[in-house]
Amino acid sequence: MNKHDPKRIPQTTPRQSATFTQDINSDIRRAAATGIYDIRGGGAKRKVPSFDDLLFMGASISRYPLEGYREKCETNVTIGGLHASNPIELDIPITIAGMSFGALSGPAKEALGRGASAAGTSTTTGDGGMTPEERGHSNKLVYQYLPSRYGMNPNDLRKADAIEIVVGQGAKPGGGGMLLGQKISDRVAEMRNLPKGIDQRSACRHPDWTGPDDLEIKILELREITGWKVPIYVKVAGARPYYDTTLAVKAGADAVVLDGMQGGTAATQDVFIEHVGLPTLAIVRPAVQALQDLGMHRKVQLILSGGIRSGADVAKAMALGADAVAIGTAALIALGDNDPKWEAEYNKLGTTAGAYDDWHEGLDPAGITTQDPDLMARFDPIEGGRRLKNYLKVMTLEAQTIARACGKNHLHNLEPEDLVALTMEAAAMAKIPLAGTDWYPGKPGSGY
Amino acid sequence: MQTIDLTEVGLRETNATLHAQAENTNQTAWEIINPRGSHAIACGLDAPIEVTVKGSTGYYCGGMNQQATVNIHGSAGPGTGENMMSGKIIIEGDASQYLGATAHGGMIVVKGNASSRCGISMKGVNIVVQGNIGHMSAFMGQSGNLVVCGDAGDALGDSCYEARFFVRGSVKSLGADCEKKEMREEHLTLLQGLLDEAGIDADPKDFTRYGSARNLYNFDVDNAGAY
Ligand SMILES: Cc1cc2nc3c(=O)[nH]c(=O)nc-3n(C[C@H](O)[C@H](O)[C@H](O)COP(=O)(O)O)c2cc1C
Repeated sequence: MNKHDPKRIPQTTPRQSATFTQDINSDIRRAAATGIYDIRGGGAKRKVPSFDDLLFMGASISRYPLEGYREKCETNVTIGGLHASNPIELDIPITIAGMSFGALSGPAKEALGRGASAAGTSTTTGDGGMTPEERGHSNKLVYQYLPSRYGMNPNDLRKADAIEIVVGQGAKPGGGGMLLGQKISDRVAEMRNLPKGIDQRSACRHPDWTGPDDLEIKILELREITGWKVPIYVKVAGARPYYDTTLAVKAGADAVVLDGMQGGTAATQDVFIEHVGLPTLAIVRPAVQALQDLGMHRKVQLILSGGIRSGADVAKAMALGADAVAIGTAALIALGDNDPKWEAEYNKLGTTAGAYDDWHEGLDPAGITTQDPDLMARFDPIEGGRRLKNYLKVMTLEAQTIARACGKNHLHNLEPEDLVALTMEAAAMAKIPLAGTDWYPGKPGSGY
Repeated sequence: MQTIDLTEVGLRETNATLHAQAENTNQTAWEIINPRGSHAIACGLDAPIEVTVKGSTGYYCGGMNQQATVNIHGSAGPGTGENMMSGKIIIEGDASQYLGATAHGGMIVVKGNASSRCGISMKGVNIVVQGNIGHMSAFMGQSGNLVVCGDAGDALGDSCYEARFFVRGSVKSLGADCEKKEMREEHLTLLQGLLDEAGIDADPKDFTRYGSARNLYNFDVDNAGAY
């Protein structure tokens, strides 16, 4: 008798391993075929505790709401008033995060400037310097000061409305950058003082300072060069938010930009994106605590980023104590990145709309993360700017809707007491009571 | 000659005064006394003036300099001349680490020795050191020239791009992707010009040229160990 005869012996159903999943196996095959780790753009794709695990309670008998169409709910924010004579005044607390020219095309940077300016907020340069397009189209432009110092020069520094010293990014705390040769056009090469077509590495540490004591002197130098006029932000990855915030404030920062692990990047190792750093949800309270312990909450602004998508996320970040948020990936999607209308072309690249993350290859069908003139021509910066403005307006309206429901006449008045948590993890990370209880893990005096 | 007593006037006032000098200022000669190792002295200058600091300076003296000449009659702290764009910095004593980091243009002359990471990520500046330089100098150097009349420490030119290095003495070790290069006529001429500009009497023929082997320019699995 043939014991493999399926008619006679019941077969078990083929079972996929939870350890060796199809995803993992494809990683192994890719590694075996190429000998190099996977590089990609975007942020962590794994599921982590997030703002989705928090809810607002809204109004009740003890809290009364504000009338949506009658009673004001303000959204403005001032950033950098502590040491700078010209702080940044924004109409909405949603800023555009630093994304490099080089990673993004010139027209994409222009669109970010147009959209942000129309919505009354700021944009940020990135690794690669300041382009005339984005300076010209951004009412408020934050100039990044990065380890690579690509394109860094004092003339642009003096044109900036604020300076952001980048220590780290949530996607890759402790990592540098990489712009692969295929994206190095003549213009990108010239701005970075490098030959065309070669891989450009960005260092992970600043070349002329290390540690908090040096940072204080670096901030002094930048202030002296810019006459103490513009705010100086310090951007750190979500790693040790309590200490990093404390050290940044002690070094003299006007604002701290804190970026969680869901935060996007133009290109880095997948292993880095997925396995290093803290979820955005987990980094807000320690940073706010640090500011409170220093007596600096609301004096030094906290700008939170990493996976912010909606007005609900904005409201939750602010309820936990942030003064503003920054968006990267969401802004690119608003411009048209990963749009299903390019599905056929995503398929040709072996991917699908929503999953496309090989931004470093410069083949973006949507013409945003590329330097290829033909692909770039697909993207209209005026239309892109309009879409971004719309999206920012919607996020603001959503956040206001929630704030009014909680009885708040300013987004800044949202508070942790407005929130509940859906999971134990979120409750512990955000120090927000589990829904229906008055308890969160680690609550002082609770014994757990 | 205008004299500013830094201890009396304070850093902010001193730099603001120097920044206020326009392109066509007729107050072109300035002297800063009592620097006492202060940081960020004469940074962000942008006029054809000459500033002489009588004493030693802290971090970032002459940082992001444009057009100006800064003389340091003493030793210079970390990051002196960082991201300089043009002009000249002349250090009579020794220079600490990160001298001329990411500097794009102009010239820095050190009469004594320079420390580690001299010319790190240099982007077009010319640095001439009469003495020795420390380890990891010109790390990721992109362009410009580093001239060393004495010896260089470990890992010279690690991961460099198109920057050129001329060393008269010994090199303790070369960094990843940095190699010895042939000294051609054009290099001898270039070096003579740099030495003349720095006011240093030395024979270009006594120097050896180093630069990028360009093996790390595009990722290659077989070089993975060098990254
Ligand atoms: C295409 C792209 C390029 C980026 N370039 C930079 C950069 O040059 N400097 C930087 O500090 N962060 C950079 N970032 C990170 C963003 O500033 C920000 O931290 C992140 O996008 C926020 O998370 P989110 O994408 O989930 O909104 C980049 C992000 C993206 C998506």
